[in-house]
Amino acid sequence: MSERISRGDVEHVARLARLELTDDEIDLFTGQLGDILEHAADIEALDVGDIEPTSHPLPLVNVLRRDEIVASVDRDEVLAQAPANEAGQFRVPPVLGEEP
Amino acid sequence: MTDFVAPASTDDTPIEPTLPGGWELVVGLEVHVELDTATKLFCGCANQFGSEPNTNVCPTCLGLPGSLPVMNETAVALAMRLGRALGCDVNRSVMARKNYFYLDMPKDFQTTQYDQPTNSDGKIELGDGFVVGIERAHIEEDTGKSTHVGGGGRINDAEYSLVDYNRAGVPLVEIVSRPDVRTIEHAKAYVEELRGILLATGVSDARMEEGSMRVDANVSVRPHGSDELRTRCEIKNINSVRSLGRAIDYEARRHIDLWTNAGAPDQETRHWDEEGGRTTSGRSKEDADDYRYFQEPDLVPLEPSSEEIAAIDASMPMLPAARRAALLAASDADADAIGILVERGQDELAMVAIDSGADGDKVVTRLVNDLAVDDWSNVTAESFTALIQMESAGDLSATQAKQVLGDLIEKGGDPAALAAARGFEAMDTGELESLVDQLIADHPDEWSRFSRGDDGDRKKMQGFFTGQIMKATQGQADGKAVAQLLAQKSA
Amino acid sequence: MTALEIAAAVRAGERSAVDVLNEHLARIDDRDGELNAFNVVTADAARAEAEGVDAAVAAGDDPGPLAGVPLALKDNMCTRGIPTTCSSKILEGWQPPYDATVVTRLRAAGAVAVGKTNLDEFAMGSSTENSAFGPTRNPLDISRVPGGSSGGTAASVAANFTPLGIGSDTGGSIRQPAAFCGVVGMKPTYGVVSRYGLIAFASSLDQIGPFANSVADAAAMFDVIAGPDPLDSTSIRDYSPDASAVLDRGVDGLRVGVIRELSGGEGSVDGLSADVLARTNEAVEVLRAAGAIVSEVSVPSATLGLSAYYLVAPAEASSNLARYDGVRYGLRVDAPTTGEMNTASRTAGFGPEVKRRIMLGTYALSAGYYDAFYGKALKVRTMMLRDFAQAYENVDVLVTPTAPTTAFRLGERTADPMTMYVNDVCTIPSNLTGHPGISVPFGVGDDGMPVGVQVLAPALGDELTFQVAAVLEATASGGVS
Repeated sequence: MSERISRGDVEHVARLARLELTDDEIDLFTGQLGDILEHAADIEALDVGDIEPTSHPLPLVNVLRRDEIVASVDRDEVLAQAPANEAGQFRVPPVLGEEP
Repeated sequence: MTDFVAPASTDDTPIEPTLPGGWELVVGLEVHVELDTATKLFCGCANQFGSEPNTNVCPTCLGLPGSLPVMNETAVALAMRLGRALGCDVNRSVMARKNYFYLDMPKDFQTTQYDQPTNSDGKIELGDGFVVGIERAHIEEDTGKSTHVGGGGRINDAEYSLVDYNRAGVPLVEIVSRPDVRTIEHAKAYVEELRGILLATGVSDARMEEGSMRVDANVSVRPHGSDELRTRCEIKNINSVRSLGRAIDYEARRHIDLWTNAGAPDQETRHWDEEGGRTTSGRSKEDADDYRYFQEPDLVPLEPSSEEIAAIDASMPMLPAARRAALLAASDADADAIGILVERGQDELAMVAIDSGADGDKVVTRLVNDLAVDDWSNVTAESFTALIQMESAGDLSATQAKQVLGDLIEKGGDPAALAAARGFEAMDTGELESLVDQLIADHPDEWSRFSRGDDGDRKKMQGFFTGQIMKATQGQADGKAVAQLLAQKSA
Repeated sequence: MTALEIAAAVRAGERSAVDVLNEHLARIDDRDGELNAFNVVTADAARAEAEGVDAAVAAGDDPGPLAGVPLALKDNMCTRGIPTTCSSKILEGWQPPYDATVVTRLRAAGAVAVGKTNLDEFAMGSSTENSAFGPTRNPLDISRVPGGSSGGTAASVAANFTPLGIGSDTGGSIRQPAAFCGVVGMKPTYGVVSRYGLIAFASSLDQIGPFANSVADAAAMFDVIAGPDPLDSTSIRDYSPDASAVLDRGVDGLRVGVIRELSGGEGSVDGLSADVLARTNEAVEVLRAAGAIVSEVSVPSATLGLSAYYLVAPAEASSNLARYDGVRYGLRVDAPTTGEMNTASRTAGFGPEVKRRIMLGTYALSAGYYDAFYGKALKVRTMMLRDFAQAYENVDVLVTPTAPTTAFRLGERTADPMTMYVNDVCTIPSNLTGHPGISVPFGVGDDGMPVGVQVLAPALGDELTFQVAAVLEATASGGVS
């Protein structure tokens, strides 16, 4: 098993991603993610000092639209796809805690 | 969001007087304002408060798979306008994703700005000259809203929740202050001042009660004279300026109590409980601070030209601080009264009236007292000035002028016409004189007692004649003019 | 019949679109049980569309350049009222309330969509084995994979279920399955085809493109789907290519480069098989014989592509796939609270490869690792853009293998993710740089399976890739294979 990523890291990342992993999956992912990160060591080791990052292959800027209302989609069509709805809204189990 | 760097206080630093001695309050404010656009930030759905649930939604603001955002040019323009009004640098900026799971957020990330915000490094000068630094004012999207059903509507006791995404994607600017505020009054004044700027620039309607302006306060305390940075708490759910003061006061005292008796408070988000008059702990912050920001790949950078920024500056209206200074210079009235007028947006009425020759102090007093109404949209600078002129010319008594102003507020129009409609027409001197002559002819005995009697008789009879004239004119005659005529005739 | 022949016949009123459709539906009916190329076949909707095309012809209207041509849509393109699943349990049964821009454009051009094709779940994979609805098989040898992630579309075109197909390419997901199935597949310049309605895998890398049995058919389809779209902020505004017009221009005088790092020789990445390299070299010789000037160029950072890709793509995916939380659409697994419901739904709805990439991407973005991984990967993109720009100073196009090997067998590479990921080594660079690339069949490997040769060009060189591919196609079909 690689030392690049620990079981604890995997568990932390799973919580952030809202995934529940079995013990076996934690072991599996710890190993596999470690291997992938090991492969990425070539990048990690790179001296990239003053190189600007590219987040996007295109040099486009200022793509804007006019502030004009466009017809919205039909609420019933959208709600029909929801696992549960009530009174024109999406229904979910209770929320614990508060907004961040 | 705020890097909590707060320099140590100096001798000039104000001290919050209500806190226990030896403690200094340190406050930074994060204010979210909804921009006054027709549509949302990334789609053509209406930016409208109070619609039926989920009627202003589309694939983009519902975060449906495959949907993409396109920036609203008006939202960007308003954000830059606000930035310039706050004295910020308007920068090349990029949108970023702030990743966390949240029911009201359809994509489970918020599209916002991170290390390259549109506006940075500005300031707001308060009425008393105190300056609060602005770290940044960045563009981001609003969330939807959920209601919690059952359990008395309280979130933790609810049976289930319902989500409405009408507000999701509404354009916001978040204005992040530096932690410069040291008193509750300054915190409140900051919010009032910012609200004035938002209204003056047309950036937002800034209604705290409708949630189009929302204030969060980062509160910490430290021993007076220290420059250390102590644990802060972010207080949310503050619904009025008054609540802001109460919430800061409560939170500061809670911190002081903890530091004195128990040790450091936890760094956390807390919620202001208006009814209970206290803050309560928000959700646990476990894992929550790891937002994994990265540049939004579905949007491209915003790169305003210097011409664009110059055009914004050129179209900038006078802002509250400048308006206060102008009215103060013109009127020499009380600074608080001037502050009230500028806040209400009535300073222009005062300036026009004063320019036309009216007494500044009187104008300011009249507006402060008699125009303290929510809706004064019918009162124009022209009509108000005309009214003031009629009053100072003696065409209207003070009481009459007040009544005409009431009519102006209610229905607007020309104050002379409104006065006429009320029958306040000033009597023409000739008409009044013939009325006096008729009375003298009808009452020869009384006239001789007036013209030849002693002082007592003269006084009594003046009262008689004036009374008769007022009766005949239904109170329209000017008492002073009547007295003058009687004196002339008897001479 | 090719797509263009069908369209010509339908437009001329010589063949009815309904007849054409029925022929193709019969083939699907006959063989898709074995191949599993389609997640759903929308025969009724397709008939209605075909009838519309015939009615237009009867009325003397032109139904468009793809009139009556049956079309397969990768099941990550939104289709209003038609299930769109990304081959994931988490979207099973979801019916979008809107159409993707490409779908709208193809329909407007007269093409008839017959169904939605299988893919690796959320386009994450190189074999179409990572599908919640079972793997797709290669029509040329059903013991082998069709490649991926657009394996269903590639199989549909290769099996003649549909003359045309739509795929998406994030790291090679059009070009590699095209190579494995012996068809033409093209990834346009990033921004040339609207992504509106394409369910995102990695937004800065995803690009939609055509599959066809010939370069000319692919070009005709490309010409329909390319062009600006105000609904996609990353759409290039002033580029409306006409690839069909350049197909006969040849390569005389064209400067063709071979990338040293993808040549199998010294300084090259490992794992490129000898038969694939041999076909690629033959392709280069064909171009030379046709008048091209051939030289070797170096793109040093090409060797870093795989690592950069497997940081950038999962990072963006981890964010793009957060929205599948059981609240608004798709799978919900009930739980006492919304937070637990989110976790339960995601845990049950995503397959192992998707989870692996979400985990990897979340990790690469998380506090403390951003600079070491994601941040560095973005700088590698810059390096690659520079290296390619330098290479394109001396050459007009680059030729490489599309994939390191021919189609492998089902199950052969599922155990170790890294052995699967290396499949993308030749295709990934053009996703990171946003450049166009086409895979054209050129002979077969030692196992008799087709080999694809890839032609790369700089940004907006899309037409050029078709032009060069047309020369290779003419030779390949003339006997080399």
